[in-house]
Amino acid sequence: MVNALAIAGTVTDPELPMLTLADLGVLREVSEEDGRVVVSITPTYSGCPAMDTMRDDLEHALRDAGYTEVEVRTVLHPAWSSDWISDEGKRKLAESGIAPPAAAPRGGPVLLTLGAPPRKVACPRCGSDDTEEVSRFSATACKALRRCRSCLEPFEHVKEI
Amino acid sequence: MSFDNAYEAISENNDETRWAFGTGFVDPLSGVDTSVPDGVDGADLAAYCLMLGDDALIMSHRLQQWCSHAPELEDELAIANIALDLLGQARLLLARAGKADGSERSEDSYAFFREERDFRNVRMVELVNGDFAATMARLLTFSVWRLALLQRLESSRDPVLAAIAAKGVKEVTYHREYAANWVVRLGDGTELSHQRMQAGFDAVWPLYDELFVVHPVERRLAGIAADSDGLRSEVDDVLTQVLTAATLTRPEDSAGKVVGLVSGMAGRDGVHTEDMGYLLAELQSVARAHPEATW
Repeated sequence: MVNALAIAGTVTDPELPMLTLADLGVLREVSEEDGRVVVSITPTYSGCPAMDTMRDDLEHALRDAGYTEVEVRTVLHPAWSSDWISDEGKRKLAESGIAPPAAAPRGGPVLLTLGAPPRKVACPRCGSDDTEEVSRFSATACKALRRCRSCLEPFEHVKEI
Repeated sequence: MSFDNAYEAISENNDETRWAFGTGFVDPLSGVDTSVPDGVDGADLAAYCLMLGDDALIMSHRLQQWCSHAPELEDELAIANIALDLLGQARLLLARAGKADGSERSEDSYAFFREERDFRNVRMVELVNGDFAATMARLLTFSVWRLALLQRLESSRDPVLAAIAAKGVKEVTYHREYAANWVVRLGDGTELSHQRMQAGFDAVWPLYDELFVVHPVERRLAGIAADSDGLRSEVDDVLTQVLTAATLTRPEDSAGKVVGLVSGMAGRDGVHTEDMGYLLAELQSVARAHPEATW
């Protein structure tokens, strides 16, 4: 039987199917004891509606591989950070036309800066830095919507949190 | 595993969870250690979780009412996402309440089968939306306050609350920024947009003081509940910063006197405005019409 970690590592994110849950940093731990598998996952955002689907997909994948006892647990601490997306994951995002996140801001008090200089996000299509944010929120909570002023294509950007 | 269209997925007899709405979700705290910290009264902890959870749930519901009504597609997405974040926080907090007092009551049971008097949200979140400017005035005030609360809660002695708060801080930071940008854009915009933005703050302000009343439950939960020391001045400072940039006038404070109390009670005690009953009718009617159903 293939090792449970390897199986869980193949399950992809329902909203970002180019990434595995491991690439995304959502898959926190897989432990195996006497054929019983415990998988720990953490939500990207509190309201992430994909959590139940991830749970199901993990269970199905492991059952199909022959594991009869599977438990998927939620871990809340520490909170997910976009820094946990692997380098491989960032590469796959960019390849699929989604701008990967830069380093997330450090913890501590969050100052409100009005009219702060906009972030520089390169267009995943033509590489130009001349892009603008169209909306801070996009098809999913974890992405912003941007537009490239050079090639005029819209694209999504995984936000830094 | 995959469906060609949404209807097929609904009709198909399967155990897969493809839907972001409805009831009967997996407990969002499944697998999390939810034991109550030493020396803490579980009933108090549950009551506190309901306060913070109901604030998020009811605010989320009001924002959901903007779906298909927002001025632009981008704002449609933003408001829906903010509502979803808050709904996620509410789910965790309501689930935490059911574990804390040992009742094992589910998030659905709390959301759909409580009476108005059992809801513990502050009254500011239940008011009807008004226009877009009024919605942004409330969203900013609420987000500035909630962010300050959640930041304090990150050091709570209850590890579950601390973890929920740490996650919420990242989310509400975005909500606050979104609302602040609109407040400045409208406040410092045309004569009409300025007028309406000011009217939005004037409308929300009578319920501002209520945000800072420390409930006896919170007092008993020292070290668990967010520390209220300095909370008001912190919130005041951020709001003043935005209002000034937006060329708006901060409405007159009611001098620390909470308006509209009934025998000294307000939202945290289950005493709500008349808008609340209509909101709950909408929120709860389907679940109550089909109490055994999951969908």
